[in-house]
Amino acid sequence: MTVRIKSTSLFMVACSLLLSACASVEPWVKPYERAHLADPIMNFQRNPVSSSYMTHVYQAREGARGAEGGHGGGCGCN
Amino acid sequence: MAVVVVVTRLIKRCLLVMCLLCGAVPTLAGVLPDDRADALYHSYDGGGVEITGPSVLVLKKVGQNVALSGNYYVDSISSASIDVVTTASKYSEERTEYSAGADYMHGNSIMSVSYTNSEEDDYQSDTASFGVSMDMFGNMTTVSLGYARSWDTVENNNDPTFSKDVDRQNFKVGLSQVLTRDMIMEVNYELITDEGFLNNPYRSARYVDPNSSIGYSYEPEIYPNTRTSNAIAVRSIYYLPYRAATSEATVAAYAEYRYFDDSWNITAHNIEIGYVHPFPAGWVFEGRYRYYTQDAADFYSDLFPRQDSQNFLSRDKELSKFTSNTIGFTVSYDFVQNGWYAIDRGSINFAYDHILFDYDDFRDLRDTNAAVGKEPLYDFSADVAQVFVSIWF
Repeated sequence: MTVRIKSTSLFMVACSLLLSACASVEPWVKPYERAHLADPIMNFQRNPVSSSYMTHVYQAREGARGAEGGHGGGCGCN
Repeated sequence: MAVVVVVTRLIKRCLLVMCLLCGAVPTLAGVLPDDRADALYHSYDGGGVEITGPSVLVLKKVGQNVALSGNYYVDSISSASIDVVTTASKYSEERTEYSAGADYMHGNSIMSVSYTNSEEDDYQSDTASFGVSMDMFGNMTTVSLGYARSWDTVENNNDPTFSKDVDRQNFKVGLSQVLTRDMIMEVNYELITDEGFLNNPYRSARYVDPNSSIGYSYEPEIYPNTRTSNAIAVRSIYYLPYRAATSEATVAAYAEYRYFDDSWNITAHNIEIGYVHPFPAGWVFEGRYRYYTQDAADFYSDLFPRQDSQNFLSRDKELSKFTSNTIGFTVSYDFVQNGWYAIDRGSINFAYDHILFDYDDFRDLRDTNAAVGKEPLYDFSADVAQVFVSIWF
């Protein structure tokens, strides 16, 4: 029982530390330092129609599938 | 029943996590994709298969918080592949796909819904998907979650009474992270579950038959009716300062690795590396190389020892052990760089990829002089070309 309470307490403390760490995370790349990241050549989905087509070409001929990207997202540079 | 309960729990947990994330993160600023239109014509030619057709994508913002998208895609197929040549006759068919989607931005999060319908004369598929992505930690991190469900119907042109269903569910989690002022990395994981009729109704498995004049015969393939797969991919793109002899320029280099496994015991790995180099006057060159390798499914064999030798049977070369190598490039030219009437920017692009497939356990049965099971291993190459115009407005 004691072990269980200790484990729970440790878990709660770890969660609190993690949350407080998240709250205090400072972006180490400032907005004014993101010019390179905002360049169109830095986009994983620079040509979405072409990327989607190549994914289809491979999926139709391979056993593997999934995690091809294209979830949106980005670098938040704009 | 147990699978349904587990999947229902998974859906509930995903929705709960999405709601928690939507509610817990303070609102900053998400970014909707730019308004654009793309018109592409594609051509695949390899292994006796020719596939051509258009793809048109339009993406337009409506107001400040909503973006709508639509995609029309066609595959016109003419097939005399190795399977068709050895066990059936050449055929032609067409697949048409329509997709519609909407993104809604709320603070730093974007919620997306989409619907896709794909039709060919012996296969229909409908897919609905939902996703949410959020920028956090000063827009350095983007977390995304997605769920999709597909309802497919498999038919057989040789049997009008044949109709079987396939249900598919996709669960996706993604993380995109700014690492330095020159580097972004993303990690994506996707779990896919299938349930229903998963084999091709036309394809056959081969077995040793001493009573046949050629030494072997064919029997219908039998697949398990469930499949669960996991894929995890890591991608990174790096911005490189580059000093040419006459001027300063910049280039980007990217790399990707994906690991895959599934309940049919297929394990696959692929890596891709690429390089994007802009040149003066609006030209951009991209070069890339991709390597793919996979092991065979448990129930795959090029030649089974006798008829009905096991519960599940497959001679689908896509489930066999093989490797492929792709080398390709894209050349783009920005024909509108600084605005022209309603167009902000426009580019015309040509992409070409050459793929070599080498099979380790799939034999070329066109060689009728070889002993049964000793035919040469099959390989083929494919040329994939795309021409497309992209306009931002």
